Amino acid sequence: MGKTLTEKVLGLKAGKDVQAGEVITVSPDYVLSHDNSAAIIQEFRKIGVKKVRAPEKIVIVLDHIVPASEEKYAQNHKTIREFVAEQGIENFFDINFGICHQVLPEQGFAVPGKVIVGSDSHTPSYGALGAFATGIGRTETACTWATDEIWLRVPETMRIDLAGRLSAGVSAKDLSLKIIGDHGAEMANYKAVEFAGPAAKELSVGARLTLANMSAEMGAKNGYFAPDEKAFEWLKGRARGPFQPVASDPDALFESVLAYDLSVLEPQLACPHTVDNVKPVGEVEGKPVHQVLIGTCTNGRLEDLDEAARIVKDRQIHPRVRALVIPASWEVYREALKSGTLAVLADAGCVILNSGCGPCLGAHEGLLAAGEVCVSTSNRNFRGRMGHRDSEIYLASPATAAASAIEGKIADPRRYL
Amino acid sequence: MSAGKVWKYGDNVNTDVLYPGRYTYQILSPEEMAKHALEDLDPDFAANVRPGDIIVAGKNFGCGSSREQAAACLKYAGLKAVVARSFGRIYFRNAINLGLPVVQSEEACDSLERGDEAEIDFARGEIRSPRGTFRFLPLPESVIGILQAGGLLEYTKKKLASAVPPKS
Repeated sequence: MGKTLTEKVLGLKAGKDVQAGEVITVSPDYVLSHDNSAAIIQEFRKIGVKKVRAPEKIVIVLDHIVPASEEKYAQNHKTIREFVAEQGIENFFDINFGICHQVLPEQGFAVPGKVIVGSDSHTPSYGALGAFATGIGRTETACTWATDEIWLRVPETMRIDLAGRLSAGVSAKDLSLKIIGDHGAEMANYKAVEFAGPAAKELSVGARLTLANMSAEMGAKNGYFAPDEKAFEWLKGRARGPFQPVASDPDALFESVLAYDLSVLEPQLACPHTVDNVKPVGEVEGKPVHQVLIGTCTNGRLEDLDEAARIVKDRQIHPRVRALVIPASWEVYREALKSGTLAVLADAGCVILNSGCGPCLGAHEGLLAAGEVCVSTSNRNFRGRMGHRDSEIYLASPATAAASAIEGKIADPRRYL
Repeated sequence: MSAGKVWKYGDNVNTDVLYPGRYTYQILSPEEMAKHALEDLDPDFAANVRPGDIIVAGKNFGCGSSREQAAACLKYAGLKAVVARSFGRIYFRNAINLGLPVVQSEEACDSLERGDEAEIDFARGEIRSPRGTFRFLPLPESVIGILQAGGLLEYTKKKLASAVPPKS
């Protein structure tokens, strides 16, 4: 019997043949944390060791509340900077890099065959480039710093075969929402999700990052694409050192297989207050909108900003709407600045903010008041997540978000393309 | 082994009802955390839970946020274990890493009702109650080691104390 990518990557790490269901202990390649490093440091101090075991594996990115909006966050950042210096942690990315899930791929940590654990639930993003990547808790992050080891259960794998081509105005985000709407937010709980089929090969690395990111909202442990020429091309000049591409065997055992035809897909929205409350745009069109957020680790890449810019070019954002644009990283920001994309967005009336998580997690930079409605390209629409508990979040693609910003109500982007 | 009482809940008991967000960023003592356990789902729970009691729930227990307090509050309330059809995956990890046993058993979830007496034998993989004995796949040894130590932090402390010093 063949093996899945996940079984192979974890088997290589464990130094033995492994199969789904087994619990193994591995030494991960990288351990990610962000602003929550301050809380993790507190746990680490309780363990009673002075030094982290493998400082070269620790990656810390400040992104959640940057620059610090309150004194307590400033203190957290200071604690982290001091710890990084004390422990000799070189892979530290201060507030001028961007969101961790964009920075790790850009900086060449997210490469095929690596095992990456992160104290953030959207860590599965790195599967877009063929890594095994999964979210963990704070206590275990602290313990992994101390021991360079973590226990993992080898997950069963669900395969999603993709065929056909996306229509204009429809994107990977719509696909991810459609899948979650069809099968529910726990469809892949504990499992790996492999995105496969002929259309998977056609998707850009950016689109793959969106889908792998959204696999967290399927409940998945990890979501991934088999690394291919597109991934290798993207990694040129980025990958830190050599890597070993791994893919599922043709006779690998998949727990279940789903199939999607991209050519019949329409724009989708996840309606309040769960990610699996998904409707096609036609059913929610016309709902008045107060804020639009284009950005986050799900949809803040250059191609996302370009898509939004194509829609708002030579138009004006509706006067009632605050349209926030947050490039996922400063690399994306600089590229969008040079290409003129940010100028198009700013000319249309968008507010361009610094790279970071922004208001997605409800901490700063554009929170919602009671009764307000936001169309967001982010990944969670739980009650109260972006502000008041009586505000509403609709998750959508950058195209739908941009069209809604123009019209001041939820709108179908296909009219603009 | 003394039997405890069953607290029965449904599917998708999320981290917000287990431990409300309004307390998540406050640093509270174990006793205070225990008082807020399940506050928004079942106010009777925190007031009446006794050491050795177990929760029996449906699928996807602990779905949602990665906050560790959602597992810690139940442990501090004296709960012996959570038995469910399935768990949110980060919750499953957090529970074990904080020393709260989690058990998957469809049969037990089908049969046990609120107020039943039940006891759990982790070594044999059995839940025994007047309604019957339900078997479950015991957790792997490495994971049982973490639970026996009282959580990953204690487990790691002991392991590092007994190990040869790391290479410099």
